[in-house]
Amino acid sequence: MTQGHAEIWLIILVLGLGTFLIRFSFLGLVGRRPLPAWALRYLRYTPVAVLPGLIAPQVIWPPATGGAPDPARMAAALVTLGVGWVTKNVIFAIGSGAATLYAGLWLLG
Amino acid sequence: MTSSTAKSAFWSGMRHGAPFLLVVAPFALLFGVVATEAGLNVAEVMGFSVLVIAGAAQFTAVQMMLDQAPTVMVLLAALAVNLRMAMYSAALTPHLGGAPLWQRAVMAYATVDQSYAISVARFETHPDMTLGEKVAYFMGTMALIAPAWYAITLAGALMGRSIPPEFALDFAVPITFLALIAPALRTLAHVAAAAVSVVVALALSGLPSNSGLLVAAAAAMTAGAQVEKWQERRRT
Repeated sequence: MTQGHAEIWLIILVLGLGTFLIRFSFLGLVGRRPLPAWALRYLRYTPVAVLPGLIAPQVIWPPATGGAPDPARMAAALVTLGVGWVTKNVIFAIGSGAATLYAGLWLLG
Repeated sequence: MTSSTAKSAFWSGMRHGAPFLLVVAPFALLFGVVATEAGLNVAEVMGFSVLVIAGAAQFTAVQMMLDQAPTVMVLLAALAVNLRMAMYSAALTPHLGGAPLWQRAVMAYATVDQSYAISVARFETHPDMTLGEKVAYFMGTMALIAPAWYAITLAGALMGRSIPPEFALDFAVPITFLALIAPALRTLAHVAAAAVSVVVALALSGLPSNSGLLVAAAAAMTAGAQVEKWQERRRT
């Protein structure tokens, strides 16, 4: 990471304040006014728009292997996604993904 | 006057929040471990969990820092993940908007996926609840979850450095996020958003300062919104 301790604290404070303001937006500032339908339509997709793009490069080109595609990590990613999609259970998906990763690293490493 | 019913509403909220500790605890532990492994000290790790108190955004910030992203990009990506909370805030306001300012500020701080989901479900099935009962219920849902979030983050931070590299913790964040995303792929629009996010992020991964991620997120939100609109129009 390129951040020193001062910058890490800056991130914590700005992220904390910014997140509070998002949470306080309607409850404290705007009041009882419904969000317009178009805004809801965008907000509904924020997590699913940011998180997949954030981790996709890690899955395809893991920094731990110097960017070379890694079958163990790829398999772990697919199992996590599959189990999570079928069971809708986050913890179960993480457990299956971790088990696949360790089995794969043990078999291939 | 209403203090006894408020007290019982608080306890119900606490009881209904308790099962979510099973979800919150592993995330808190993992955040403590991953953030410590990334090089944050205990105070910084706790700063995140106490001042931000939003798991996905905290993981996003740490992952972006590990990706050598500049501070502005770290903040933009993590705040983008939290934009959904504006939706929670709007949904809670008809129920909690009449509370005094200091209570609304405390409740805003305590607005997370769990407190929002549990409370809105309860308020909609119990329209006869008074304002005081609703406030007490909402705070009750976080009475165990918030302290557990802090304490278990701390446990993870203290464990962090003793975990050997064989555990491949570099992949903890991808697995955690995939596990969070998978159950959220409920509709075609969600799938479209996720797919666009992945494709654009990979295509633009060569751009400096992780700026490709922001383009990918904007494109993905638009894709989700457009597919939803298109499906609505087809249905009518």
